[in-house]
Amino acid sequence: MSKTIGDVILDLQNISLRFGGVKALTDISFDVREHEIRAIIGPNGAGKSSMLNVINGVYHPQEGIIIFRGRERKKMEPHQAATQGIARTFQNIALFKGMTVLDNLMTGRITRMKTRFFEHALWWGRAQREELEHRKKVEEVIDFLEIQHIRKTPVSRLPYGLQKRVELGRALAAEPSMLLLDEPMAGMNVEEKQDMCRFILDVNDQLGTTIVLIEHDMGVVMDISDRVVVLDYGKKIGDGVPEEVKNNPEVIKAYLGASH
Amino acid sequence: MPLQATITGPSDGLQTFPRLLFHHARVRGTAPAIREKDLGIWQTWSWADVAERVGALACGLASLGFQRGDHLAVIGDNRPHLYMMMSAAQCLGGVPVPLYQDAVAAEMLFVFQDAEIRFVAVEDQEQVDKLLEIREQIPQLQHIVYDDPRGMRHYNQPFLHDIHALMEMGRIHHRNHPDFLDQEVARGQPDDVSVMLYTSGTTGQPKGVCQSHGAFIAAARGSMQTDQLAPDGDILSYLPMAWVGDHLFSFAQALVVGFTINCPESSDTVTADLREIGPTYYFAPPRVFESLLTSIMIRMEDAGAFKRTLFHYFLDVAKRCGADLLDGKPVGLSDRVLYGLGNWLIYGPLRNVLGMSRIRVAYTAGAAIGPDLFRFYRSIGINLKQFYGQTETCAYVCLQPDRAIKFDSVGLPAPGVEIKIADNGEVLVKGPMLLKEYYKRPDATAESLNAEGYFLTGDAGFLDADGHLKIIDRAKDVGKLANGAMFAPNYIENKLKFFQYIKEAVCFGHDRAMVCAFINLDMGAVGNWAERRNIPYSGYADLAGKPEVCELIRECVEQVNAALTREAMVADSQIQRFLVLHKELDPDDGELTRTRKVRRNFVAKKYAVLIDALYSGKANQFITTEVKFEDGRRGQVSADLQIIDAKTFATVRKAA
Repeated sequence: MSKTIGDVILDLQNISLRFGGVKALTDISFDVREHEIRAIIGPNGAGKSSMLNVINGVYHPQEGIIIFRGRERKKMEPHQAATQGIARTFQNIALFKGMTVLDNLMTGRITRMKTRFFEHALWWGRAQREELEHRKKVEEVIDFLEIQHIRKTPVSRLPYGLQKRVELGRALAAEPSMLLLDEPMAGMNVEEKQDMCRFILDVNDQLGTTIVLIEHDMGVVMDISDRVVVLDYGKKIGDGVPEEVKNNPEVIKAYLGASH
Repeated sequence: MPLQATITGPSDGLQTFPRLLFHHARVRGTAPAIREKDLGIWQTWSWADVAERVGALACGLASLGFQRGDHLAVIGDNRPHLYMMMSAAQCLGGVPVPLYQDAVAAEMLFVFQDAEIRFVAVEDQEQVDKLLEIREQIPQLQHIVYDDPRGMRHYNQPFLHDIHALMEMGRIHHRNHPDFLDQEVARGQPDDVSVMLYTSGTTGQPKGVCQSHGAFIAAARGSMQTDQLAPDGDILSYLPMAWVGDHLFSFAQALVVGFTINCPESSDTVTADLREIGPTYYFAPPRVFESLLTSIMIRMEDAGAFKRTLFHYFLDVAKRCGADLLDGKPVGLSDRVLYGLGNWLIYGPLRNVLGMSRIRVAYTAGAAIGPDLFRFYRSIGINLKQFYGQTETCAYVCLQPDRAIKFDSVGLPAPGVEIKIADNGEVLVKGPMLLKEYYKRPDATAESLNAEGYFLTGDAGFLDADGHLKIIDRAKDVGKLANGAMFAPNYIENKLKFFQYIKEAVCFGHDRAMVCAFINLDMGAVGNWAERRNIPYSGYADLAGKPEVCELIRECVEQVNAALTREAMVADSQIQRFLVLHKELDPDDGELTRTRKVRRNFVAKKYAVLIDALYSGKANQFITTEVKFEDGRRGQVSADLQIIDAKTFATVRKAA
């Protein structure tokens, strides 16, 4: 495979995040380049999910600079992140359980809808045309993720692995340029993991989406990531291509414990 | 000038498929020929569109160097472009060779080598990858054409072609050689081989069955005549393209009659697509009808008491008179009124849910269908019929005629077909639909066609007083018990498989003192049954080992035994001992053919330990079996299987 990794599009400099006296993240710097798959790994409580939340504006770090596509930002709300092309999935699935797969994916298009509430209520003219357009995009996502057979199934009736895929689908429906995945493969069996890996690689390769993911399965991380950043107790202890990180003594210590 | 062959002539000159195609493009150019659901919407190609594309593809193939007599392998789900590729090859006097799309690369290798395939049309990246895997071993392979470009961006091998690029190539070729296509189509003769279908290989290596245009056209015309098929019909094309039935229904008949074929979105969406299309003409193997019925029954168990009562009441009414009404037999007034009410309340909505509201004729074949299952569909007003045929006979030997259905027969000889029963009970057939030959196998051809030109079907059967053909079993499977009584394993297995809880069964008894059986559970039905009774289970193997489940199956077996006593010929074949297998029989493990028929000898050899345990009177047996997963990895399942004795019944001899 020959993909071209571009310039840095997200640069995080000296990020520190505290909740009261608890230091979640301490002085962390790393960057993400266009079109790459960037993994964040670390033991439980290392601050991985907090890091994602900082990137898409759920948490606001007390210190540090975030530069996204050349623009420094101080405080950004999640919906602003979404309109700038950052989409995400969650560690514990956050779909509308009673709604069908199709409707869930349609919610992914909301930031891109221009018509107003009342126009949609009447579903006439502009609103109708717009919805058809969005539906087409959503159908492309359905085709991409091969979930045609569950299009009209309520999400709550689906097995876990498929729900995860639907969640990825909702994020993709927003046509993001950067995708944040919080443990996309947690709790999956081998086959489901393989499928998910393939979809992540396909998204990255065919849609050119930059991907930042948190994952525990080391095999998966080492196989699909271009670069890996390792956190431990809120500090960065390693950063580099998978091979480097694998041989980094600090990382080995954090994962396997120090030998005494 | 549009890219289209312009041969004209009387319709009785339409003796090859390309001529038929261009004929339809002329006489019903705007009528729908093919539909496909893409991105959630049904897209339609008219006959004129299809003819244009087929012409372009044919010219494209020609510019790649496709020669008269070349073989074109076709691998993939039922996609419009793959059907068009078959037509395109035929335009040039080539022979399409459809392959089963779920076969692994190693299984395809044999066909590629046997048929010396130089050109392939595939659906997607998955199939391309398989071919690349075995490319070293098939040096003659020159060009691969793919339909779905997804994931193909990084493949830059010069022998890979996007199907749209091929069409463009063809359009350019046509501009430079405007007469080429017409001439090629005109050169095609009815006696040319139109398609090569490989037999599934229940016995040894697969053989390529060469069928001519004339044979398939004769078969299609015969069924059109019997069932009054019309060009306004719709059929759902969802069965493997490599199977003779799909070739007859979706290709030959569609081209002869001119009805519309509909390709589902994916293999998982067939039920939903069926409902949306509402075909007028439908084919499904018995297991599909069975699983539809199973899912209805499961869902009815979840319905409220009122609905459930209503449902069962009217099903009883239908059972009493539904089939007779369909056959036009006399039915009493009160039953007619009740049936009418039931039709409004239950049968109509049920047919609608099944996607069968518009059905004029539905067919099943491939395996025997349980009489109760068969009656169920007929009783709710679906004209379900059986036919009988093989790959070697274009799947066209017998058809059940409307209004004269006998549940246990496969019907009358179809128009143009002659049937003779050999002395050993084997069914012999003759007619225009017989194979031309087995490819490069004159020995096999000579073995299967006798001196008088009859084809030996290998099935044992007899003609009844009204001339209906009844099939008992495969001739070679019919054996004898130690006491000399007839043992027809398929016959017993089919009785077992009619229970919704039993998906597959394999019976043993040839040269033995008694009949024993392996049972495979139907995971859906038994799983649901177990959940209802709060029996926890982790997977198939666990479920199969539950004593409650064994008890459930024992009841089924005993009911079969009771039924067998009523038929003198098979009364001695009652099942005395059985076990529930710890894994599902699977084509990936070689236990079933790709068409899901049990490979009896293979199973017997693989599970010899279990057979010994059945006949040696043991109460249980430990076994470890290797299984292959879909991705090619291997694993092991092991279990300690309980062997269960079933009650047998004294034979009810005909009263002296």
